[in-house]
Amino acid sequence: MAAMAVALRGLGGRFRWRTQAVAGGVRGAARGAAAGQRDYDLLVVGGGSGGLACAKEAAQLGRKVAVVDYVEPSPQGTRWGLGGTCVNVGCIPKKLMHQAALLGGLIQDAPHYGWEVAQPVLHDWRKMAEAVQNHVKSLNWGHRVQLQDRKVKYFNIKASFVDEHTVCGVAKGGKEILLSADHIIIATGGRPRYPTHIEGALEYGITSDDIFWLKESPGKTLVVGASYVALECAGFLTGIGLDTTIMMRSIPLRGFDQQMSSLVIEHMASHGTRFLRGCAPSRVRRLPDGQLQVTWEDRATGKEDMGTFDTVLWAIGRVPDTRSLNLEKAGVDTSPDTQKILVDSREATSVPHIYAIGDVVEGRPELTPTAIMAGRLLVQRLFGGSSDLMDYDNVPTTVFTPLEYGCVGLSEEEAVARHGQEHVEVYHAHYKPLEFTVAGRDASQCYVKMVCLREPPQLLLGLHFLGPNAGEVTQGFALGIKCGASYAQVMRTVGIHPTCSEEVVKLRISKRSGLDPTVTGC
Amino acid sequence: MERSPPQSPGPGKAGDAPNRRSGHVQGARVLSPPGRRARLSSPGPSRSSEAREELRRRLLGLIERSRVVIFSKSYCPHSTRVKELFSSLGVECNVLELDQVDDGARVQEVLSEITNQKTVPNIFVNKVHVGGCDQTFQAYQSGLLQKLLQEDSAYDYDLIIIGGGSGGLSCAKEAAILGKKVMVLDFVVPSPQGTSWGLGGTCVNVGCIPKKLMHQAALLGQALCDSRKFGWEYNQQVRHNWETMTKAIQNHISSLNWGYRLSLREKAVAYVNSYGEFVEHHKIKATNKKGQETYYTAAQFVIATGERPRYLGIQGDKEYCITSDDLFSLPYCPGKTLVVGASYVALECAGFLAGFGLDVTVMVRSILLRGFDQEMAEKVGSYMEQHGVKFLRKFIPVMVQQLEKGSPGKLKVLAKSSEGTETIEEVYNTVLLAIGRDSCTRKIGLEKIGVKINEKSGKIPVNDVEQTNVPYVYAVGDILEDKPELTPVAIQSGKLLARRLFGASLEKIYHTLFWPLEWTVAGRENNTCYAKIICNKFDHDRVIGFHILGPNAGEVTQGFAAAMKCGLTKQLLDDTIGIHPTCGEVFTTLEITKSSGLDITQKGCG
Repeated sequence: MAAMAVALRGLGGRFRWRTQAVAGGVRGAARGAAAGQRDYDLLVVGGGSGGLACAKEAAQLGRKVAVVDYVEPSPQGTRWGLGGTCVNVGCIPKKLMHQAALLGGLIQDAPHYGWEVAQPVLHDWRKMAEAVQNHVKSLNWGHRVQLQDRKVKYFNIKASFVDEHTVCGVAKGGKEILLSADHIIIATGGRPRYPTHIEGALEYGITSDDIFWLKESPGKTLVVGASYVALECAGFLTGIGLDTTIMMRSIPLRGFDQQMSSLVIEHMASHGTRFLRGCAPSRVRRLPDGQLQVTWEDRATGKEDMGTFDTVLWAIGRVPDTRSLNLEKAGVDTSPDTQKILVDSREATSVPHIYAIGDVVEGRPELTPTAIMAGRLLVQRLFGGSSDLMDYDNVPTTVFTPLEYGCVGLSEEEAVARHGQEHVEVYHAHYKPLEFTVAGRDASQCYVKMVCLREPPQLLLGLHFLGPNAGEVTQGFALGIKCGASYAQVMRTVGIHPTCSEEVVKLRISKRSGLDPTVTGC
Repeated sequence: MERSPPQSPGPGKAGDAPNRRSGHVQGARVLSPPGRRARLSSPGPSRSSEAREELRRRLLGLIERSRVVIFSKSYCPHSTRVKELFSSLGVECNVLELDQVDDGARVQEVLSEITNQKTVPNIFVNKVHVGGCDQTFQAYQSGLLQKLLQEDSAYDYDLIIIGGGSGGLSCAKEAAILGKKVMVLDFVVPSPQGTSWGLGGTCVNVGCIPKKLMHQAALLGQALCDSRKFGWEYNQQVRHNWETMTKAIQNHISSLNWGYRLSLREKAVAYVNSYGEFVEHHKIKATNKKGQETYYTAAQFVIATGERPRYLGIQGDKEYCITSDDLFSLPYCPGKTLVVGASYVALECAGFLAGFGLDVTVMVRSILLRGFDQEMAEKVGSYMEQHGVKFLRKFIPVMVQQLEKGSPGKLKVLAKSSEGTETIEEVYNTVLLAIGRDSCTRKIGLEKIGVKINEKSGKIPVNDVEQTNVPYVYAVGDILEDKPELTPVAIQSGKLLARRLFGASLEKIYHTLFWPLEWTVAGRENNTCYAKIICNKFDHDRVIGFHILGPNAGEVTQGFAAAMKCGLTKQLLDDTIGIHPTCGEVFTTLEITKSSGLDITQKGCG
């Protein structure tokens, strides 16, 4: 044992916990007196989904844990509670507002199904926002309680590194506090990017940090960007009856399957969202009546154009929240291009006992469930004797545009790039959800495609589903891909009738065949 | 061939799969690759499925062209007996000696796929699979063999299908695509209340389709309530209009009926709206609405007549009660309704009727949803009870009396306890019977050609290729004996099978309650929705049961069903990343086993 402790010492502080666990008496000797005096086994910087998952997992394993979290108000002054982006300004409020928009569609469907709804039907932003915010606040509270229950110390302070084991936190009142820990996990996430080079962008524009916390309806809105955030926000704004325009420079949903992305856009356009494609804003001014005048350039023609809006929402990407962390003091390396933290497959940064997970890390999917799982696995490796690494392949996700887009695995483009056109078989179908029939809804964009290897048994590479409840449909098939499912196996799965997801197990038409992929009949 | 076991036919699968996930070694987990077991049994390497298909086509061609084919082995005494039999009858045979051809073993393999018979001799007469040596001699003794031999291709059709429901139609279209001359006979005998409908069978006309649309209508009622919480404002007075809904649904069904007609025509399948009845071997009598009779012959037949709702056999049931055959096209709102039965049909109908705001009572003789997981069934029941459906447990109706005519009228129902002597009496506008379904097999002349049915259930026993005891007659769908009436309940049968094989103690059950995000703001109750998986501890925690109670349950379940086909395990569930925020993601974070007894109620967001 002693020999092992000595051997480990040579590797730096990284395995100290193990030294502690194995031969507690040696602990002090391991790295001077400092180790014994450190306040915590684990300090988590950032109280979002990933950070909280780490903290709770470590506490469960009997470790002494602290979480520091601090929300820097947005340029418009919006602030929120514990739980990070997902809970406060991301997935949760976004899906609830998406649901509000979907309900608007259902109210229109209802008369076809015999419900006599008197006109007019109006939407009250304040009522929705208040209900959504109340739910978010209850979640903030829940997170606080969960930390308390698990005896995790929580500090509402803004943290920056002092050295590689110590973090200095500044509380709202300006009071400073020093915290030291054997292991530190950085999980500070990201914040929306502002196009600061555009005049008026910062003063007059808002971002997804603000939209869910607006007290009044945003009114006529310009959404700038083509990310899923941009499309989702524009989608629900349109759905609750607001005049909404999306301005995008180039392609929508970069990185997603482009055929699916076009269908998403096509559906939005046919449901009232306006599009300004190939345009880039150059100036935002406030008019005397309070409206915002936006000037943009049509990049194809070089012509300038102008429009007025009540609200301008920037959704042009996110930047990691690393600047105020003083990472250089600890020696943690970041990418010079993105400022994101560089880590290895064990989530370790350039400093072996400092780790990073979630949106703040270079090259990771910016998704809540990946951060949570990566965090749990990391803590299991640190304190639970596990060696399991996070598998970042085949991460399923869903874009909650008015017509939802669920996907897992490779896009058609990626599949072709990796395996070559001649080795890829794509099965696809245009289908009509049963619920759409009686309601007389248009289903032109309801589409499903499965990307497979062409060689039997035709392993599944990717699944793309556009239609209602896409998230619910996709989740199970993500498992299928994890299990190494083949086209043949999916075809042997009996459908659940009548659902939309059964269309997946009925895919018979390959793109290569050139046959009409429209599903007719039952 | 759809029923081949869940193993991948192709080669090299086990080797390919890890490649796709290269770059992330899973530590100890590599030792038990759970996905692999399902694939291990793939046949030898380097056999492309194309070559196999080719061989299959050649064999089918040979069978097609020859009057008699004997797949034989030169040294097999049984084969010799059969050859002698045919030569004594003076019939020329096409004999393929499998031990003397190059790919004899493969031929035998493909033959066993086609016929489910592994042994030689394997005999076909005029395209009909007779069987082995014993069956051939039996057929000879019964005269069937001579009959088969006489029948050249002088039949009107290659295939006649009796019944134009989901099973019959898909069969017809498939056969037509393969170039066969096909006829479909479909005739809907009106219900005792006089309801009748078009082509497409139960699912389209009086089953899945209208049921789900009415379910959707009820969900919309809930959505309307929710919508106010999400900021939508409109007049408080919202009423449901039964006639508007029914008309819209019936319009949709008519378009489907028409679509089926069209697709049969496109594929050159003859469709006759007549009642089919066997009169002698290979011959059927078709009687149309006006009573005109026409006779047709065919080489092969498929029986796909399905089932119809059962009646109680008590006073007043056929006169005054309706069934699911009538409900979906009922021209008036049923009003206060008694649903008799505890099948899924009963609960689904009761559910949507209550969703429209009607006063609904379900009368149950014993348990809910027999055959389903009983914990889930009870949860379904209590959810319905909380949402206004009344349950009368352990009662059976004994008499239905009409008090008043009308649309709807008034019916007095007398019921007695199934356990004691207690009786109750209550007045309803409508009584809907949903106590089960009977096979339509007793009045189609099966006895004339000797097709066996189970006398008690009316179901038709078939072998693994859906063949009845009469070789040229097949059966598909709900009328099959010992096959799940609703195949999609594969999940359930998987679990039952596991129960039978291993006994319950080897199972580990994970479960949780959950609160769909959409319900939070709407203020719908927490800790109602429930998810549960059942794993086999001694098979890498393979998932053998999957249950979810909550919104969009069908959409959620489908993908997991595909994953279970591929050997889903608890570990793989844990390794899969959730899609946030959805209901489906709860299955990726199940932690609490039932045996632990830990609290599964949800306080906040996970």
